[in-house]
Amino acid sequence: MQYISQILFTLILIAGIGYFASNVKKLFRNISLGKDLDISDNKPQRWKNMAKIALGQSKMVVRPIAGFLHIIVYVGFIIINIEVLEIVIDGVFGTHRIGLQVLNASVYGFLIGSFEVLALLVLVAVIAFWIRRNVIKIKRFLSAEMTGWPKSDGNIILYFEVVLMCLFLVMNATDTTFQNLGSGNVISQFIAPLFDGMSEGSLHMIERTAWWIHIIGILVFLNYLYFSKHLHILLAFPNTYYGKLRPKGQFLNNEAVTKEVKLMMDPSADPFAAPAEDAPVPEKFGASDVTDLSWVQLLNAYTCTECGRCTSECPANITGKKLSPRKIMMDTRDRLVEVGKNIDANKGTFVPDGKQLLGDYISNEELWACTSCNACVEACPVSIDPLSIIMDMRQYLVMEQSAAPSDLNNMMGNIENNGAPWPFNQQDRLNWANES
Amino acid sequence: MSNEINVPTMASLFAEGKQPEVLFWVGCAGSFDDRAKKITKAFVKILNKANVNFAVLGTEESCTGDPAKRSGNEFLFQMQAVTNIEVLNAYDVKKVVTACPHCFNTLKNEYPSLGGSYEVVHHTQFLKQLLEEGRITMEGGKFKGKRITFHDPCYLGRANDVYEAPRELIRKLDAELVEMKSCKTRGLCCGAGGAQMFKEPEKGAKDINIERTEQALETQPDIIAAGCPFCNTMMTDGVKNKEKEASIAVMDIAELIASADDL
Repeated sequence: MQYISQILFTLILIAGIGYFASNVKKLFRNISLGKDLDISDNKPQRWKNMAKIALGQSKMVVRPIAGFLHIIVYVGFIIINIEVLEIVIDGVFGTHRIGLQVLNASVYGFLIGSFEVLALLVLVAVIAFWIRRNVIKIKRFLSAEMTGWPKSDGNIILYFEVVLMCLFLVMNATDTTFQNLGSGNVISQFIAPLFDGMSEGSLHMIERTAWWIHIIGILVFLNYLYFSKHLHILLAFPNTYYGKLRPKGQFLNNEAVTKEVKLMMDPSADPFAAPAEDAPVPEKFGASDVTDLSWVQLLNAYTCTECGRCTSECPANITGKKLSPRKIMMDTRDRLVEVGKNIDANKGTFVPDGKQLLGDYISNEELWACTSCNACVEACPVSIDPLSIIMDMRQYLVMEQSAAPSDLNNMMGNIENNGAPWPFNQQDRLNWANES
Repeated sequence: MSNEINVPTMASLFAEGKQPEVLFWVGCAGSFDDRAKKITKAFVKILNKANVNFAVLGTEESCTGDPAKRSGNEFLFQMQAVTNIEVLNAYDVKKVVTACPHCFNTLKNEYPSLGGSYEVVHHTQFLKQLLEEGRITMEGGKFKGKRITFHDPCYLGRANDVYEAPRELIRKLDAELVEMKSCKTRGLCCGAGGAQMFKEPEKGAKDINIERTEQALETQPDIIAAGCPFCNTMMTDGVKNKEKEASIAVMDIAELIASADDL
């Protein structure tokens, strides 16, 4: 009988981790559908950013209430997971609270006691989060893109955490040997009386049930990540590492365009020369679909946890325009997932589905509302750059489709003809010096 | 106020075999926009008074390409950039100062990879340096006790992390610097960036410059200070919309300093 539960446990563990691993592989595959971008520079600064922004949560606390609550859940989550190590060892080897056998009782008590306190704090914080979303209805959680799945996703994560924390405390409360130890049951001792009067057998049953649902719940939650905005708990780390180090105002110069410009400026280039037989197809300018974006932009999309800080700082969104930087990231991820599924369904090759990111997900109206002010980039707690996607898509609209608003076409015509965005003659540029 | 200003061009200095210590990049707004031209002149008056050996490109200057790039016309941007870089490199320019944060950002950050590397400073940084070197002095009398709020231009602040230079200059005027609820890293855009200056806004509930002006008015300022010709236009329009133009002035930092000195 003992062996059966050990074997069952091991099988569940392998299945849980295996399915997650296969999805992580898909995640990598999807991200690498993006264009190559060399980010091997400045490693010390990148590690520092990861330590500060992801590990140290430095940008979370810009908003103190949400930031503080988030740190509780984050610290709780990481530390309580040490307990999972014990659960896994117990499950595989059929031991019970292996920690008690290798550590002395006071050390073990201190550890479990800390986990219990954290579990309670996490519960409180998670309930506060739920209230913010569903009772206080904070504006940034109610935008147009936050209906349906994204809204449920946000709540499901909170329910998961509530259930997991409760199971952990119940499991400890109904473990008579642990309660009798009298060390480490800081919180669970107040839950134990709820089960007073129950037979040892029923207590054991409850303890075992809580233990099993707890570990299965953790494995289900792990696998839930791939389908959820909650993926940020893993991807925040690489994303902050690969985040932009250049000044925020510095947009990359499009190298495909530089090639063309150099050719135009080269007096010895033959304008009528036919391209060489083996010349590569000229690169498309800008982005109309996810595969035109860089892998970092796609990583950004998977990392977004839809907190909406970007959107709540966006001047266009604040004043009622359609643009929401968060939606740009969500659309990019949704489309990327769709492309990934298409590849899976067609034995590894993408079969055109007549859809693309531009138009089917993100409208021109959204793209043209952006002031490129970088408020969204500054606001993101995990170094996502929605602005770069907007700019790449504008490049496609202008250079591939000539689809700029007519006012902008006038402006660009002026720059081309007379070197200023207004129709003034370049020869009049110094007139101001002589005007009174 | 004297109207005598001395504006040497790179071409004229070059003909005399001279090289200025700094090139003043005037920018399209500073050259053509009636309101921005006043900022240009105010800055030149300060440069003249401080005996700064500067020059402008005059008719050889052309748009940096910023509005083209932010609109998505990378091609036009790079054509403008390489043409400007050819001119700047031919004059062997080392240092550039400009009163426009968009020109500042483009010249400083986006020209180097196309072959144009210069030390580029915003005029508020340059003025602060002149002050520190004792080349200009600032009398605060005129602005003593006035409430001045500073609107951070996105391309100076968030884009390039310059927040303190303009604020230090305002403090030196003995003015009371009051901050809006969104300032510095969280400053709200005036609505002109990303080439919005040149088009009608998308459909929405409100114009961005009105939202920003409302934030500025909450501080009950005497003056809204700006460091960008486009922000200046947007905020001026906002103040007019609120019918406050009689009591609240929108002024560039250079204008504040020039007028403090009765230039």
